[in-house]
Amino acid sequence: MSKKTYGQAINEALRGEMLRDPNVIIIGEDVAGGHGASGEPGGVGGVFGMTAGLYKEFGPERVLDTPISESAIIGAASGAAVTGMRPVAEIMFVDFVGVCFDQIYNQAAKFRYMFGGKAKTPMVIRTAIGAGFRGGAQHSQTLHPLFTMVPGLKVVIPSNAYDAKGLLISAIRDDDPVIFMESKVLYGQSMEVPDEAYRIPFGEANVVREGKDLTFVAFGAMVPRALAVAQTLAAEGISCEVIDPRTTSPLDEDTILESVAKTGRLVIIDESPPRCSLAADVGAMVADKGFRSLKAPIKAVTCPHTPVPFAPNLEDEYMPNPRRIEEAARAVLGYR
Amino acid sequence: MQLSRDDLKRAYRSMFTIRTFEERVDKEFALGNIPGFAHVYLGQEASGVGVCFDLTNDDYIGSTHRGHGHCIAKGCDVHGMMLEIMGKQGGLCGGKGGSMHIADMTKGMLGANAIVGGSPPIAVGAALTQKLKKTGRVAVAFSGDGASNQGTTFEALNMAVVLGVPAIFAFENNGYGEHTASSYAVGAPSIAERARSFGMPAEVVDGSDFFAVHQAMGRALERGRAGEGPYALEIVCSRFLGHFIGDPQAYRLPEELAQARGNDPIPRFRKGVTEAALLDDADLDAIESEVLAEVEDAVAKAMAAPRPDISTLETDVYVRY
Repeated sequence: MSKKTYGQAINEALRGEMLRDPNVIIIGEDVAGGHGASGEPGGVGGVFGMTAGLYKEFGPERVLDTPISESAIIGAASGAAVTGMRPVAEIMFVDFVGVCFDQIYNQAAKFRYMFGGKAKTPMVIRTAIGAGFRGGAQHSQTLHPLFTMVPGLKVVIPSNAYDAKGLLISAIRDDDPVIFMESKVLYGQSMEVPDEAYRIPFGEANVVREGKDLTFVAFGAMVPRALAVAQTLAAEGISCEVIDPRTTSPLDEDTILESVAKTGRLVIIDESPPRCSLAADVGAMVADKGFRSLKAPIKAVTCPHTPVPFAPNLEDEYMPNPRRIEEAARAVLGYR
Repeated sequence: MQLSRDDLKRAYRSMFTIRTFEERVDKEFALGNIPGFAHVYLGQEASGVGVCFDLTNDDYIGSTHRGHGHCIAKGCDVHGMMLEIMGKQGGLCGGKGGSMHIADMTKGMLGANAIVGGSPPIAVGAALTQKLKKTGRVAVAFSGDGASNQGTTFEALNMAVVLGVPAIFAFENNGYGEHTASSYAVGAPSIAERARSFGMPAEVVDGSDFFAVHQAMGRALERGRAGEGPYALEIVCSRFLGHFIGDPQAYRLPEELAQARGNDPIPRFRKGVTEAALLDDADLDAIESEVLAEVEDAVAKAMAAPRPDISTLETDVYVRY
């Protein structure tokens, strides 16, 4: 056990799984880096450094630098997966899935069902998500709803370093295609993370903070924000429970429903535009299955129905920020 | 085609403006005055200026993530650009776009583009408009060597031939797609050959030589304006800095970096025109002083400008909704 960043935890999970299983390969743009240049290749390790050191340790047959060709990266990963490899593909920013979405949702996601259960596609797509990075409209999106609505995909969205490692190990060992969404703003966050391998199962939410007056359900980088607001409200004697579903597909409905049964009040914090979001999805589920528990309308704190703006003040307002989360919590708490 | 003294001055002004602007972006980024990240065009000035030199505001270009130079070459206002890059009110896109999305429809500038391979298909469409409306105008897609490996690019090249549209594909091969060399990532002898195999004329051009780029573009334009179809240029140039500002570039040895700077298009132009007695040093020095003052003023004004009004967050998503 030692302090590790979210990024280090991801790197450690990749390395451990590559050591454990020779079928695990990494494929993507600049996952090694520097090929064809005058210096040594392998020094980049992904634009965010998540695959650092792996090329030097495992070589060019296990860590494959590709051209900037997302469709071919994902298509090749699917084809390799369905024929016996266990690829971990990297799409640098989730925004770039626009280029290769067909390979994800028409191909990899559907093989098993279309082939009557006769195929396995054990692949992971790691990709960076989230605003707050001043990356502009095509480098800042949080597209977990897009994947969550596709049958055949599993979707993971870790909110801390410990979960990132355990969930990534589960993702790599999983026999279905998994979208593993890494929050850019969390890469540098550190906490105690075991050195050895461990798995966090999919579909098991984490109750990050227990409370009795209000339930926050938050995803990825929104979890620390929900916790911060819970802390603020605790000073006034308001007790908030914070639930991190950790995977949006499968979704742990029971933990959310149990929490709402206790608190009667639900605020969902989701860093995506509001329509067809996880906020809408969880809200509808609770309205259906937890209707009798509710003491107030469900509130969602999301981004507005706009692309991600560049200017810092606009972007800060775009994201579900502590002020907006607190306002929603107070509205729900004050409902009569 | 012989360029007049005024043409030569205009070319130098445009290249030197890009150089000055980008050096300043690099500096302001280091000072923390530019949010996010930025990719500068240093070393590629002759390419953008050579391609855009004879384009009018009614011809279109689509650009890349490394788009500041294309914007300047196409006539975008440097004040509006600096405001945009700093995320300020009055920026060319109201501060909503940023470095990777600068666009100016009044200049035929269809946007920098943060998706590699984003522009070629868009340029096919812009060229289709010109064909259908019989304007005699063209659309240029700037792409890097990296984008030459994208499926979107292959599709666009093919469709431009099939539809016979006046699209010009300007592939700026600066040797690197992000942190990987094109010698590794482009699995063909050249990008030009690849374009040619789709059925259009293509040529490899020395991108540090303004005149070579300008002349090659002249051939592409002649074909486009005559309605004879698409054309491709592989413009071989140098990327002086890393993929983005702050890229340590450990993968490039110091000798390679020095070599990249050895073929600088700006002194090359200056030497060429002064030795041929087409312009003298005083002409060029005067241009440099004006450009330096203009960029200085753009930075000062952008620094002093306010952020966009928060009420603009939800505007302009649609025309009507």
